[in-house]
Amino acid sequence: MEEISALMHGFSVALSPFNLMLMLIGVVLGVIIGVLPGLGGANGVAILLPLTFAMPPTSGIIMLSCIYWGALFGGAITSILFNIPGEPWSVATTFDGYPLAQKGRAGAALTAAFTSSFIGALVAVVMITFLSPLIARFALQFGTPEFFSVYLLTFCAFVGMSKGKAMKTVAAMMIGFALAAVGLDTVTGQLRLTFGFTELLQGFDFLIAVIGLFGIGEILQTLEEGLAFKGVSAKLNMSVVMETWRELPRYWMTSIRSSLVGCFMGIVPGGATPASFMSYGIAKRFSNNGEAFGSGQIEGVVAPETAAHAAGTSALLPMLTLGVPGSPTAAVLLGGLLIWGLQPGPLLFVEQKDFVWGLIASMYLGNIAGLLVVLTMVPLFAAILRIPFAIIAPVILVICAIGAYTVHNSMLDVYLMVFFGIMGYVFKKLDYPLAPLVLALVLGDRAEASFRQAMLVSQGELGVFFSNGLVGSLTALALTLLFWPMLAAAWAGMRAGTLR
Amino acid sequence: MQNDPIHSEDDAGRSAASMRSVELVVAGLIFALGLLVVSDSWRLGAGWAEDGPQAGYFPFYIGLLLCISSAVIFWRGLRDRHSAAQAFVTRGQFRMVLALLIPTLFYVLGIYFLGIYVSSILFVALFMVFLGKYHWLRSTLVALGVSVAFFLLFEVWFRVPLPKGPLEAALGLN
Repeated sequence: MEEISALMHGFSVALSPFNLMLMLIGVVLGVIIGVLPGLGGANGVAILLPLTFAMPPTSGIIMLSCIYWGALFGGAITSILFNIPGEPWSVATTFDGYPLAQKGRAGAALTAAFTSSFIGALVAVVMITFLSPLIARFALQFGTPEFFSVYLLTFCAFVGMSKGKAMKTVAAMMIGFALAAVGLDTVTGQLRLTFGFTELLQGFDFLIAVIGLFGIGEILQTLEEGLAFKGVSAKLNMSVVMETWRELPRYWMTSIRSSLVGCFMGIVPGGATPASFMSYGIAKRFSNNGEAFGSGQIEGVVAPETAAHAAGTSALLPMLTLGVPGSPTAAVLLGGLLIWGLQPGPLLFVEQKDFVWGLIASMYLGNIAGLLVVLTMVPLFAAILRIPFAIIAPVILVICAIGAYTVHNSMLDVYLMVFFGIMGYVFKKLDYPLAPLVLALVLGDRAEASFRQAMLVSQGELGVFFSNGLVGSLTALALTLLFWPMLAAAWAGMRAGTLR
Repeated sequence: MQNDPIHSEDDAGRSAASMRSVELVVAGLIFALGLLVVSDSWRLGAGWAEDGPQAGYFPFYIGLLLCISSAVIFWRGLRDRHSAAQAFVTRGQFRMVLALLIPTLFYVLGIYFLGIYVSSILFVALFMVFLGKYHWLRSTLVALGVSVAFFLLFEVWFRVPLPKGPLEAALGLN
């Protein structure tokens, strides 16, 4: 088993005292970020990214990915104790988590949530360990048309899976592409969409967009609800943990199902949020006491948490192997790779073995560390939420401003961040999805470059995207996903027609 | 939230803007952005040169898709009676949002003149006094603590220089 020895080598990289310390710092920071309103996985990692510029890339990615794991764990705390989803993917956790807390079983709900998160992540990491080398090896044969069709697949999947708001998804995505196009065109050397402003020469940095859209936007939205959080207090002692752990094996079927849903939704860019809802829905339908869901069932916490964490973790698989992130946070990590001078994509597995396997090994260790941290430190994290919003809100804004400034040491970025914040607030309220916007902004240049190169090779023939079996099936799959809602409706119509 | 001065006013529940009007305005803005992208791409050349696609080739279609999608959203919004009655934001909510947004604008402008540490102290302290109804002494101490912590974290520990103003210059901290 080649992967096992590579993984062992990865552990030897990740297990240095410095990296272990970063892991622990990352997880604790991540949980705090996940608990605080306005700071989440994506913008938390974006704000802290500049602090890692001076570190070796492997240590940097270990710390940043651990922040991400921490944020995934942290979202559950606010959902269960305060009925406020700290992260969008923990909305489904509130359905049964908060009723459980009201019934005095907050400790059991938290233990179930953390343990399921851990199991979901573990399944996804095992999958990444064994699947990513295969995918990377396969992707080494890709030429530019293939890469463009992978990008196309990513973006078409977003449109096809946005239920009932395909046009808003397209609009948000195209805004991302348009922003990505701003600045110097590296191929022709011409200035695009700068309109004479020299400040726009460098284009828009997606880190600024992430900090504004997800940070300021979310603070503004939280503020609408008022300034106070009302929560249930939680005690988490060993006996509650053990008692819940004895109960959990009963839901093994839900765990397996939810892990699979999560892994699948994480690899295709559906993301953790729809995965958690989907998994909750499926568990409710198949469970023996499905009608009781919503009144405080442990199983109703297990399902969304397992899926969300599995999806959040497996979103790193396409990021590592193809250079196509499956979620906004994965996109920020990808941005980190570029800044550290690493080219994401299949070559990473050949040229940067230490980095890749160190990261994968750290996923195992980081999630173990995360589980221990959250199980032991819940009261501390819950106390953070009890700090009044009138103190938290301005401090988070200061953090966002510092984060935006440190990306390029530019004041313009801070102003842009506020602009993106207002945009994020309005877009969220109007139900425009933000994830495709961020992904388009990150991938815009690379998608365009691969499109242009492919077109150069083919002398402008679009047929190049069907020129061989591989690229043809990728393109066909992309188009199927793009028109999936229409195809599904037509299929349903045909079936209704024959049944009548 | 009875004791909250911003929320307790009687018209707080009234709609400040309907869902539909905001939807239409945003779709219009996106359409305008689309036109901007299309026109600039056209200026650069959206076709095929001897050496391959011109600079505006890819963005041209991006702009076109922006126009098409926003036009559809606009058209759907026009016909949606339901969202005309829905509130995008109520007056009470809007006041809360502005209560954060306006100080934030002053704050980011203040960074330019006073540096990030001094304007952060002012921002956090004033926000706590006026919106959180805290005592000024407590607010000042919290604000000072936050700024000093960030100063130590960024300038001393991570050696990331942040924008500084006249006060830091006077204290010789630059």
